[in-house]
Amino acid sequence: MAVLIDAETKVICQGLTGAQATYHMERAIAYGTDVVGGVVPGKGGRKHLGLPVFDTVAEAVKATGANASAVFVPPPTAADAMVEAIEAGVPLVVCVTERVPVLDMVRVKRTLEGTATRLIGPNSQGIITPGVCKIGVMPAHHDRPGRIGIASRSASLASEVVEQTTAVRLGQSTSIGIGGDPVYGMGFIDCLELFFADPDTAGVILVGEIGGTAEEEAAEFLKAEKPRKPVVAYIAGIYAPAERRMGHAGTVDVRGRGGAAEKMAALEAAGVRIAPSAAEVGATMRQALVH
Amino acid sequence: MKIHEYQAKQLLREFGLPVPDGTVAETADAAKAAARSLGGTRWVVKAQVHAGGRGKAGGIRLVDSHDEVREVAERLLGTRLVTSQTGPEGKAVKHVYIEQACDVARECYLALLVDRSVGRVAFMASKAGGTDIEDAAARAPDKIVRATIDPVKGLEVAQAARLAADLGLDGALEADAVELLTGLYAAFTGTDASLIEINPLAVTTDGALRALDVKMSLDDNALFRHPELEALRDEDEVDPSELEAKRFELNYVRLDGNIGVMVNGAGLALATVDILKQHGGAPADFMDVRPVATRDQIATGFEMLLTNPKVKAILVNIYGGGILRCDTVAEGVAAACRDIGLGVPLVVRAAGTNMEMCRKILVGQGIAVTFAEDMAEAAAEAVAAVKREAA
Repeated sequence: MAVLIDAETKVICQGLTGAQATYHMERAIAYGTDVVGGVVPGKGGRKHLGLPVFDTVAEAVKATGANASAVFVPPPTAADAMVEAIEAGVPLVVCVTERVPVLDMVRVKRTLEGTATRLIGPNSQGIITPGVCKIGVMPAHHDRPGRIGIASRSASLASEVVEQTTAVRLGQSTSIGIGGDPVYGMGFIDCLELFFADPDTAGVILVGEIGGTAEEEAAEFLKAEKPRKPVVAYIAGIYAPAERRMGHAGTVDVRGRGGAAEKMAALEAAGVRIAPSAAEVGATMRQALVH
Repeated sequence: MKIHEYQAKQLLREFGLPVPDGTVAETADAAKAAARSLGGTRWVVKAQVHAGGRGKAGGIRLVDSHDEVREVAERLLGTRLVTSQTGPEGKAVKHVYIEQACDVARECYLALLVDRSVGRVAFMASKAGGTDIEDAAARAPDKIVRATIDPVKGLEVAQAARLAADLGLDGALEADAVELLTGLYAAFTGTDASLIEINPLAVTTDGALRALDVKMSLDDNALFRHPELEALRDEDEVDPSELEAKRFELNYVRLDGNIGVMVNGAGLALATVDILKQHGGAPADFMDVRPVATRDQIATGFEMLLTNPKVKAILVNIYGGGILRCDTVAEGVAAACRDIGLGVPLVVRAAGTNMEMCRKILVGQGIAVTFAEDMAEAAAEAVAAVKREAA
């Protein structure tokens, strides 16, 4: 068992014929992901990687029964691609595109409201349920089926944490890259809710970093929730160089939140165990499960 | 991308916002001429740098003769202005902006930004503007009014009117305030801004609204659809090595330590800086190699570390991912070492895609490298290497 993706997940890829998409979808197929087609406007009717290509998401869904879409569309049209998938009712949309304009994401986020679609990303490494399904750009070396749910803003740190949870023989139920952009789809709280409800997830690791207030909001949620599963967090950037400010809006906006120390204090106060360094995340979870 | 006050005001003027008349000047003579052609009897001379805190640092002066405009411009141009937001090295003043002064009755604070927690554009506003807004906000957060905007509806008149009332801009000022707020939202979305801050937004003694100071940043990721705004970039405002790095798909920030750091991924780079500090080390930089970086771009980045005279040891921490592979990094590092020589200890931690190849390439090229199994070991090795060098 896992969250969001499992053996029943059928994936289409928007932008399938692009170089990055081709490279990563080939690897996803080799991993065992059930990739059923692609969407590239104007290229409907062709085949790519042995998969049927459609002009629209709606056609692709109708023909293949896809229930997830991987968006590998370049920044100028990435938002339109996400909106198309949401409007076609695809339950899970994973966008790996980096550098999507933030106001485009404001529009996408608005489109999501009131729909049943879950959006992961943009600027996400994707989502992986070890041994079953992978949608994204993450390496697949050290993932092992197991009991830990991971939600990470950083792709490189997610790989690090996957490797560590495997090394301490816990493995992963599902690892979700929520992405590092200012405006994005699923956040830490959505992931926590899913992992708490998943009987096969024994503990959850949150990987955060400086900037924004997503970790503080997760802390508030956890304080109210009082989860019975252990939650471990690592926050990168305790010694990060201060961002060069211009004006006052940034400071007024976050009001004493946003820094690594503040995030850790908020999470700790909500009962989360803080990993002292990025090298000790797996070990911290191991301990949390014993005690 | 941050832009200068005079550029921001020009943009806002195009969107119909009430901005005082002004002219930018690069020389003291041009400043004097600007004051003359602007007319009036009092002017403000403002140093143009990408930082706040200029007023308290002497970068903004109120004067009342053409000759004084010239004198102040002369004094500011060519100097480095140090403010609370520039760091100790300050910022070079290459332009001054000359504006007609106006008589201020009251100052408000108004900012438009992307509120990350709700994923929408939001106004932040306060009746009390001015340079102490941060303290005021900390003391009385409830005095800061927020209004988030539905991207489908845009800023509705009723919402704008409410905000105007919150700012105390009602009665005779309401219509102007609503127009200003509407224009500001149009400017924000029309330029793909990430921040517009008007502080102060002044009510003049004759009852007009004036945006007296403007700070504005644009979303770098959206510049592709505003090629005309690209021209507003002032490369002199950025550290030259950071600028160089950007051309090579590297995110680079210079720090003041002695351990050169190269990492893939911003999160892992932050974590590497943290763990080095925890082991008593001092990173010389924050360098994040983007996944799309090529061998040659990595070589350039590594050369930047090698040629930094402060660097006494180098730590490379790579988690080979789906796109960037460890062997690509190794080839780049090897090429840089071949070209200019490796004069300091090198510690490499490579994990993930093609980590074995990475080791083979570096060893095969005869490069003196210490391999570490994990981040903690890598940090400890790098710190020990610096100590050995110093001994």
